[in-house]
Amino acid sequence: MTPLLDVRDITKRYGARIGCKDVGFALWPGEVMGIVGESGSGKSTLLGCLAGHLPPDTGEVLFDTRDGGPRDTLKMSEAERRMLARTDWAFVHQNARDGLRMGVSAGGNVGERLMAVGARNYGDIRARAEDWLDRVEITEDRMDDRPGAFSGGMQQRLQIARNLVTGPRLVFMDEPTGGLDVSVQARLLDLLRGLVRQMGLSAVIVTHDLAVVRLLADRLMVMKDGHVVEQGLTDQVLDDPQHGYTQLLVSSVLQV
Amino acid sequence: MIKLDNVSKHFTLHNQGGASIPVMAGATLSVEAGECVALVGPSGAGKSTLMRMIYGNYLADAGRIMVGGTDVARAAPREILALRRNTLGYVSQFLRVVPRVPTLDVVAEPLITLGTDPQAARERARELLARLNIPEHLWPLSPTTFSGGEQQRVNIARGFAHDYPTLLLDEPTASLDVTNRTVVLSLIDEAKARGAAIIGIFHDTEARAQVCDREVDVGRFTPVPA
Repeated sequence: MTPLLDVRDITKRYGARIGCKDVGFALWPGEVMGIVGESGSGKSTLLGCLAGHLPPDTGEVLFDTRDGGPRDTLKMSEAERRMLARTDWAFVHQNARDGLRMGVSAGGNVGERLMAVGARNYGDIRARAEDWLDRVEITEDRMDDRPGAFSGGMQQRLQIARNLVTGPRLVFMDEPTGGLDVSVQARLLDLLRGLVRQMGLSAVIVTHDLAVVRLLADRLMVMKDGHVVEQGLTDQVLDDPQHGYTQLLVSSVLQV
Repeated sequence: MIKLDNVSKHFTLHNQGGASIPVMAGATLSVEAGECVALVGPSGAGKSTLMRMIYGNYLADAGRIMVGGTDVARAAPREILALRRNTLGYVSQFLRVVPRVPTLDVVAEPLITLGTDPQAARERARELLARLNIPEHLWPLSPTTFSGGEQQRVNIARGFAHDYPTLLLDEPTASLDVTNRTVVLSLIDEAKARGAAIIGIFHDTEARAQVCDREVDVGRFTPVPA
């Protein structure tokens, strides 16, 4: 078996400052990898490098493409990478507004991504959009509303529907539950876990919330000052942390 | 089925002056198919620590922890995940679930993950929940609001949903009434009868005597302070 994503020696500097340094890992089909660390630890920089939003200074991001096997996405042409981002990859932003088109209806937001990969039949597109809105628990009567009329939690669910409608194999998520009420977070977590399971998705989730990774991620990577200080099975890293920084993180969580 | 050789472990507390606490040394034991072995010893001897190491939840410093054909002490995360899916079940003392997921699905999940038809998996879950006397009107609800004893039984149902060849049981009969304790003990007997290798921690000495074939005193593996 080949890893779906094989990341090697990714380094990104901002001038003299290190964004992230020498990061490498392999993500296997169906695996969910969590990346935790405090603000400024480099986790979002790393996610940006992996997803092709930021050019790293060095390194390789090998993705097991459907037709050509493993290919370095950093060496792909802009057009190829854009195609990948529309088909096999998805990106869920922390702020749903960054991942949605606010001037287009909810149904349009989902349908648009289908059209970008060649769907043309209006009835078919609408039916699939409706199916996906239903899966993320947005009722049919809200389909023609614009996302601006939705609550934060609903916007986030809409963003997830828009991303998953094309059946991607790899999803990048940047603080997907950040900024939401705890009750809304739980609903979203439940939804994400179910979708990941049903679709056999692989995912890379960046968050600072240890409870989120415990429930969603199989594996965990801990970052500090741009470096990976520890990685392993999620429950092992959280219950038997080896690095001083991870021990500090785990012991700092308030118990409810 | 389960074989430990010379397993050791210490904790280093980096934020408390780098204190190094040895907790396990020379842990050696083996459990055959169809056998149930009890870990015994005073509180703090390392019974739970040893169990967590076998599950891959705690890292081992040295030694071998063979479960099925996998050395948990050296296996990559995805090998341990596969082992936990297929081979190694664990009934912990605490239920940890995603809020909102119905009890029935919590119990059926291990089977569904293994590719069992969801209908059949839920049927098995219903059977176990009924046997463990969880009232049917609670099945569609999340177990997060259940009583301690109910959560414990949901956890047991989940742990016995799939016929794991190896099982770890941490206090499976604690906080259960007599009726449910009997059900759990017969579940353990049935697992042994189908050839499961089981390691358990039982403070309940009667229950221990009833299902366990041998005892291993974990105190033997407690490092002597220098």
